[in-house]
Amino acid sequence: MTSELDIFVGNTTLIDEDVYRLWLDGYSVTDAVALRVRSGILEQTGATAAVLQSDTMDHYRTFHMLERLLHAPPKLLHQLIFQIPPSRQALLIERYYAFDEAFVREVLGKKLSKGTKKDLDDISTKTGITLKSCRRQVVEEMRGSLVDNIQQHFLLSDRLARDYAAIVFFANNRFETGKKKLQYLSFGDFAFCAELMIQNWTLGAVDSQMDDMDMDLDKEFLQDLKELKVLVADKDLLDLHKSLVCTALRGKLGVFSEMEANFKNLSRGLVNVAAKLTHNKDVRDLFVDLVEKFVEPCRSDHWPLSDVRFFLNQYSASVHSLDGFRHQALWDRYMGTLRGCLLRLYHD
Amino acid sequence: MPGKLKVKIVAGRHLPVMDRASDLTDAFVEVKFGNTTFKTDVYLKSLNPQWNSEWFKFEVDDEDLQDEPLQITVLDHDTYSANDAIGKVYIDIDPLLYSEAATVISGWFPIYDTIHGIRGEINVVVKVDLFNDLNRFRQSSCGVKFFCTTSIPKCYRAVIIHGFVEELVVNEDPEYQWIDRIRTPRASNEARQRLISLMSGELQRKIGLKVLEMRGNAVVGYLQCFDLEGESGLVVRAIGTACTLDKLSSPAAFLPACNSPSKEMKESPLVHPPSHGCRSTHNSPIHTATGSRLTQNFSVSVPTLIYTGMGSGSAGKEGGPFKALLRQQTQSALEQREFPFFTLTAFPPGFLVHVGGVVSARSVKLLDRIHNPDEPETRDAWWAEIRQEIKSHAKALGCHAVVGYSESTSICEEVCILSASGTAAVLNPRFLQDGTVEGCLEQRLEENLPTRCGFCHIPYDELNMPFPAHLTYCYNCRKQKVPDVLFTTIDLPTDATVIGKGCLIQARLCRLKKKAQAEANATAISNLLPFMEYEVHTQLMNKLKLKGMNALFGLRIQITVGENMLMGLASATGVYLAALPTPGGIQIAGKTPNDGSYEQHISHMQKKINDTIAKNKELYEINPPEISEEIIGSPIPEPRQRSRLLRSQSESSDEVTELDLSHGKKDAFVLEIDDTDAMEDVHSLLTDVPPPSGFYSCNTEIMPGINNWTSEIQMFTSVRVIRLSSLNLTNQALNKNFNDLCENLLKSLYFKLRSMIPCCLCHVNFTVSLPEDELIQVTVTAVAITFDKNQALQTTKTPVEKSLQRASTDNEELLQFPLELCSDSLPSHPFPPAKEHLESASSNSGIPAAQRDRCSSWIELIKLKAQTIRRGSIKTTMTVEKASPVGDGNFRNRSAPPCANSTVGVVKMTPLSFIPGAKITKYLGIINMFFIRETTSLREEGGVSGFLHAFIAEVFAMVRAHVAALGGNAVVSYIMKQCVFMENPNKNQAQCLINVSGDAVVFVRESDLEVVSSQQPTTNCQSSCTEGEVTT
Repeated sequence: MTSELDIFVGNTTLIDEDVYRLWLDGYSVTDAVALRVRSGILEQTGATAAVLQSDTMDHYRTFHMLERLLHAPPKLLHQLIFQIPPSRQALLIERYYAFDEAFVREVLGKKLSKGTKKDLDDISTKTGITLKSCRRQVVEEMRGSLVDNIQQHFLLSDRLARDYAAIVFFANNRFETGKKKLQYLSFGDFAFCAELMIQNWTLGAVDSQMDDMDMDLDKEFLQDLKELKVLVADKDLLDLHKSLVCTALRGKLGVFSEMEANFKNLSRGLVNVAAKLTHNKDVRDLFVDLVEKFVEPCRSDHWPLSDVRFFLNQYSASVHSLDGFRHQALWDRYMGTLRGCLLRLYHD
Repeated sequence: MPGKLKVKIVAGRHLPVMDRASDLTDAFVEVKFGNTTFKTDVYLKSLNPQWNSEWFKFEVDDEDLQDEPLQITVLDHDTYSANDAIGKVYIDIDPLLYSEAATVISGWFPIYDTIHGIRGEINVVVKVDLFNDLNRFRQSSCGVKFFCTTSIPKCYRAVIIHGFVEELVVNEDPEYQWIDRIRTPRASNEARQRLISLMSGELQRKIGLKVLEMRGNAVVGYLQCFDLEGESGLVVRAIGTACTLDKLSSPAAFLPACNSPSKEMKESPLVHPPSHGCRSTHNSPIHTATGSRLTQNFSVSVPTLIYTGMGSGSAGKEGGPFKALLRQQTQSALEQREFPFFTLTAFPPGFLVHVGGVVSARSVKLLDRIHNPDEPETRDAWWAEIRQEIKSHAKALGCHAVVGYSESTSICEEVCILSASGTAAVLNPRFLQDGTVEGCLEQRLEENLPTRCGFCHIPYDELNMPFPAHLTYCYNCRKQKVPDVLFTTIDLPTDATVIGKGCLIQARLCRLKKKAQAEANATAISNLLPFMEYEVHTQLMNKLKLKGMNALFGLRIQITVGENMLMGLASATGVYLAALPTPGGIQIAGKTPNDGSYEQHISHMQKKINDTIAKNKELYEINPPEISEEIIGSPIPEPRQRSRLLRSQSESSDEVTELDLSHGKKDAFVLEIDDTDAMEDVHSLLTDVPPPSGFYSCNTEIMPGINNWTSEIQMFTSVRVIRLSSLNLTNQALNKNFNDLCENLLKSLYFKLRSMIPCCLCHVNFTVSLPEDELIQVTVTAVAITFDKNQALQTTKTPVEKSLQRASTDNEELLQFPLELCSDSLPSHPFPPAKEHLESASSNSGIPAAQRDRCSSWIELIKLKAQTIRRGSIKTTMTVEKASPVGDGNFRNRSAPPCANSTVGVVKMTPLSFIPGAKITKYLGIINMFFIRETTSLREEGGVSGFLHAFIAEVFAMVRAHVAALGGNAVVSYIMKQCVFMENPNKNQAQCLINVSGDAVVFVRESDLEVVSSQQPTTNCQSSCTEGEVTT
């Protein structure tokens, strides 16, 4: 006696959260059954392994049919084939697009193309596909605010949508994140920076009416950043800046002497990073540069985080007192974001 | 030109990509009705076209309106080659043809293709302008309402129940026409779908005509089936019960309605007051019908009960020996009808007087080509023959009517088994004639007959019983005789007193048969049938005893024929009826009593059986109150002869001592283990595992003993196919496989639905088919309904409380039971007992104190309820609400149902006639859909499971879409009548045909109603409650 066919179709589609998770995690039916057995479900319900097998198969089949719709979540809402309560629909989508942080950290900044797809298969096919579909659609058809778009088109929660925006942003600008030096940074760190950059450094940030996507950095702004060079190129200005900062921080900083000694290097580093951003390659290396030029020197001198904050605040604020410097707005736009990023990046 | 059909095509969405180059589609739509076709413009390059067409107008006869479906085809325009079809939508416009139903069909319909399934959706608006047609000789029957529901629909009251209507139409099956060799599978499927749609339209129209002839205005319990006879053709047949229904909609009619039976009818589909015990025995007479040259007939009348019945039909037959005893009224009502059959399973109060038992007939026929589709005489004759048989069985049971009647077929190659079954009953004539109802109403208040056990009382003459039976005095009224066991095909009357809970009981059986051709095959089948029937009944009886119960409701026996085997599957809901005696236990006896080890084995088995019975009694909370012998009177001594396997004995059985001692002599079934077969029977008895705790199951509408349903429902269909290992198949192995299949299926269901615990699977409907030599297919459709556990416990823990509740409903019914009924029932006992009855009736007039108690407590209950209503928590007494007019009166008094509130998009589906926690406010028309799906890429679609899973999901989706387009939010009495699945894995092909039907309705949540009411002044509510009290 062999079972040829075995199906269960409910008027309301049954979704088993546990099985859904197993499916998303890419387990085969056999593995999923084994895991469910281990969870003790048989004892709880008095079911047999055969029942579990049939149940799991059934759910997998349903998910497989749903997957097509999950690729375009609005379709899931309008389709007629599966009657699913709204709360369940939301759960399906949210879980489907949720990702493993460690995994995303890996892919971050890699060009999502055929080449990477093969790598993705090794890590997790599922997430790979979702990422790809997400990015593809964002690139193809969206304008306006990135986060809003993702939220509307994929019906994701705010948090998840922000994460996706970060991923897309990173992927689009091809930021280098894979260097050894950057390994200590988590996906959360990058997502945080990405959000700041999207908010301040993109075209959409300047003019929300702009009929453009906010995943590209504002080219004009990057060009303008060259002007900041004067802060380090002009020796007087640099000295003046340094004295202003030192005066303000004297006694308040545990690492004052180190700061004083390193000020010029640090400032040069930060300003040079800005000035270089006109080149695509340097944009890519932004994070590497920041870590090399700022995070590492400070860390080697054992600056506590609070001191870094004091320093950065004072460092950006003091520029306003520099009479000879005419690019205050530009400086704020640059430093405001950078300060946030650096503080986030400054940890072990 | 009595009608104008108007169609507007609005838009499409989610269309498939038809042009690979552009990834887009240039879609347009063809709208076809009859021979007229309109087209929309081509909407270029879009997957979401906005056609916004003009109104396409078809001027047509109403006859065509009834027969023809509206056909909408979506195509992809192609400049250079033929346009590609994307898919079709068939819309049955019948619901627009009667005034009370839908006025417009408007909504998104899935675009369906028989090869690709659903491919996007299309938004369509359909309207009909009907002109009055005064032509007496018209061929159309617009305006006759159809209901699948097998009880009087909830927002109507039955003025007259006219009786049985049937019709069948035949045609050639397009799949078997010569042209099928050269056309595409798609064209062939579409031809079939269209033909069947046309045939059902025609059938419905013809039935409608018959109803009009009978002066009815509706068909209730409409059941339409397809027989795919292969080469010999396609038969579409339907049966139903013609009625004259009155709509109960205006709130004004409300209060008065409270007292009228109509209100009851619509409220509680299951109200049958006085039915009396059905008695069923497996050793009832077996008539083997004559085998004519080509056909083998065979029929069995199984358990019997007698009622003073009324029949419906025309061309009255001889009334039989009881005729003289029937009231004049009844008589004449019967006379008019050829077949006094009713497809209803639940009745207005007072309708059912006595129940005789199950009657069934089967006939084996050889199919031959239908030569002239316009004269389907052969098939008509076949069915007429069977119905005649049923009628005579009913007569033998002293009954003049058959209720819960249904017909079915099983076809394998050229052999066809026709089956019909029902419950012989005696009915109250009141509902069958004009003008009688009103008069009766007035008498109701005087009604004081204890009707709750009436339906259990035997309708036949006890000295002249049609089969051996064991009679006792009714445990409820102690006046009349009841059988020891009662089998019926109807639902449990709501007022019947049940102890404990019910459960699903199944008998499963397989018999191998030799492959044979034509006549030899038919003969072989005919010879096997009586044995199968007998064994199925034996199994049912044993399982019933094992559960400690004494009655079966909703019995449905399906015999399926395959190439090399016959399968029998009987499902029913077992209950313990308080009016019937406590069932005896099961005793096992060995053939060789002196063999020591054997003896030991036997006693071991006996112990197991006794344990099981005890466990079951606990599980189903069967604790009948102890009744002293004197009151009951000693059992009537009776000769009994049972066959080898099953014998009743008049000796007390040890195993049920706790409960039965007081009853003195009980008869127990003795299972004699004298061969392996019998051994196996005993084993199989013990293999049925009860559902896990928190689960109950039944195949009737509602579960006896559970009355606090909450609103969560989940309807589902589950299909399983197993392949038997072909080698050395024996009957035993086959039985085991089949048993395992069914048991495992049930287990899977319990597991899947575990999140709904505590819940009950209601209306569990198993269908078995044998698609190929070694394949067994089982299809189950049921609905899981949650209930409030706490309250269930309360009510069951204290039987007193429960009886209070029951009393409240009873009282309503009591009031509606005219004294006349008492006298009505008298003549039904044609011979000596009649006198006894007269005496008993007179003694009845002194109402026992218990009953008065019940009345007063009932009034208290009403008060309590009134308070509950004011507080707004109706749920706790939901069942009571359902059955009692007071609660309902309140609801109806409130402002118009807030239809707009109903959730957009969600469409509930249920095989039941009601939706728990909700009130049906409108019936929108019948849904009757037929789909074919075929694939030539089976593997790519996920194999057979993937294919069928997707198809069933699509069918649900299409049903929901049609209901939503009618403006409804639920389908009730939903049934999947056919699911024919064929596969050819070697060719990577599969095909499936599905036929579903149901009633589209609008329902309003009771909680929504409460919200409305809470906005009204409290006094309003209160006053209505008070009024309710007064009027009752």
